[in-house]
Amino acid sequence: MDVRRGFLLATPSPAVLAIPAVTPMPPVVRLRNFTRRFGDTTVIEELDLDIAAGEFIALLGRSGSGKTTLLRTLAGLDDARGHDITVPNSRAVVFQDARLLPWKKVWRNVALGLKGAGIRERAERALAEVELDHRQDAWPLTLSGGEAQRTALARALVREPQLLLLDEPFAALDALTRYRMHDLVLALWRKHRPAVLLVTHDVDEAIALADRILVLDGGRIIASERIEVARGERAGIAQRLRDTLLGHLGAGRPARDGVVPLRAQA
Amino acid sequence: MTAIALQAPRLSTRVTASRWFSPVLLLLLWELGARTGVIPERTLAAPSSVLTTLLGMIVSGELPSNLLVSFGRVVAGLGFGVGAGIILGLVSGLSKSGEVAVDPLMQIKRSIPVVALSPLFIVWFGIGETTKIALIAFATVFPVYLNLYSGIRGVDPRLIDAARSFGLSQRELIQHVILPAALPSLLTGLRFSLSISVIMLVIAEQINASAGLGYLINNARDFMRTDIIVVCLIVYALLGLGADWLVRIVENRALIWRPSIVGHN
Repeated sequence: MDVRRGFLLATPSPAVLAIPAVTPMPPVVRLRNFTRRFGDTTVIEELDLDIAAGEFIALLGRSGSGKTTLLRTLAGLDDARGHDITVPNSRAVVFQDARLLPWKKVWRNVALGLKGAGIRERAERALAEVELDHRQDAWPLTLSGGEAQRTALARALVREPQLLLLDEPFAALDALTRYRMHDLVLALWRKHRPAVLLVTHDVDEAIALADRILVLDGGRIIASERIEVARGERAGIAQRLRDTLLGHLGAGRPARDGVVPLRAQA
Repeated sequence: MTAIALQAPRLSTRVTASRWFSPVLLLLLWELGARTGVIPERTLAAPSSVLTTLLGMIVSGELPSNLLVSFGRVVAGLGFGVGAGIILGLVSGLSKSGEVAVDPLMQIKRSIPVVALSPLFIVWFGIGETTKIALIAFATVFPVYLNLYSGIRGVDPRLIDAARSFGLSQRELIQHVILPAALPSLLTGLRFSLSISVIMLVIAEQINASAGLGYLINNARDFMRTDIIVVCLIVYALLGLGADWLVRIVENRALIWRPSIVGHN
């Protein structure tokens, strides 16, 4: 894990979509010329995407922009045969709705599909990391929204994924819980260093969390913004970046008009 | 006609005394009518004489032995019926080709009232135990089958997606997600089957029974013993209640993960 972090610091690649000519380490996710059609509708068109190990990417896009399809493909939920796609074997998804199995206790949900010895201990450790060790024997339907989402996060992290896919995981939470979850996700990301793809509607969330922000529109990546400023010191660039991103998302409308409808969608 | 969960409204634990008022009043009027001769013995025996007969039949062993025979028929019929319903529901629910093979047959079967099959069953199996058990079995297949099948097909696809994203194999998916998710529907089907089994028992035992509750009733009819008939009606009712109680116990054990909040979705 530390090796990867060193690599990231050493090569703060300014490259946007293009892959650097010589990469010391291959990206964990690599899509080339990826197109997905359902019937006559092209959902994703000729998309190229690289995600470096340990990189935190936020993916913005309006409804119907292809975000979900891209995420499903990376999660291995859609058949990807015949496409030029590289994704790590160890990957995990946190969905907007926690999707816990209500008939399994919290720790068994976290342990779902784990193989080998010490499964209970691994689940307990993961739950402790999201500060839920006291709820491990609870039934999922008795959890609050935030607790359920933290359980889902523990269920993803216990697999020690190289790629963590977050599908609007904070959208259904109240504001205070959401900010706590932001901090928790960042802390866990710093500790475990998976590559993260966070799908979100929330431009501010993307600015606060990501190394790189991608804007998906009509199945294409229409913008990519790398943020070099450290997290926590981004207040200064936030306004300009927000305007730029909203401009992309508004698809031609004046940037400042985009704010309200975007917020309402989440 | 699909899986309708007709659950009786749960009586609150604080059953108020007023709920007992009208049944008790009816019993008193009935007793009064019998004592004063308004209701003749041949029409309907008095509650007190029904109670005496009941106790007498229990002490003499007449009721327990015949009840055991009837109980055996229900258990055997349910065993075959529910067993077949579960197997067919699994086949139909878990595989597309199974659905194509099984479901049309089950829909055809559903359209035939089981009672109307009794002449055919008598021709095939005679008037012995086989026909009675076959009638109960045949009638109880469908509720279990349909509810299990639709329960499996109705599993939240988002849960299946989530489980698949964590690399569960098809077998693990069935074991950890699909079957537990279909369990509430299966239990609903089981409850239907149990109440149907009691109804079918009554009908089946009209066919030349030489033992069992139906035999008692038929004999009592011949001798116009309305007290014995009422005793048997009470026993049938208790059987139905017992069946319902049994499923509730199973439900409370198996669905312990459900929060006990009324109206929760």
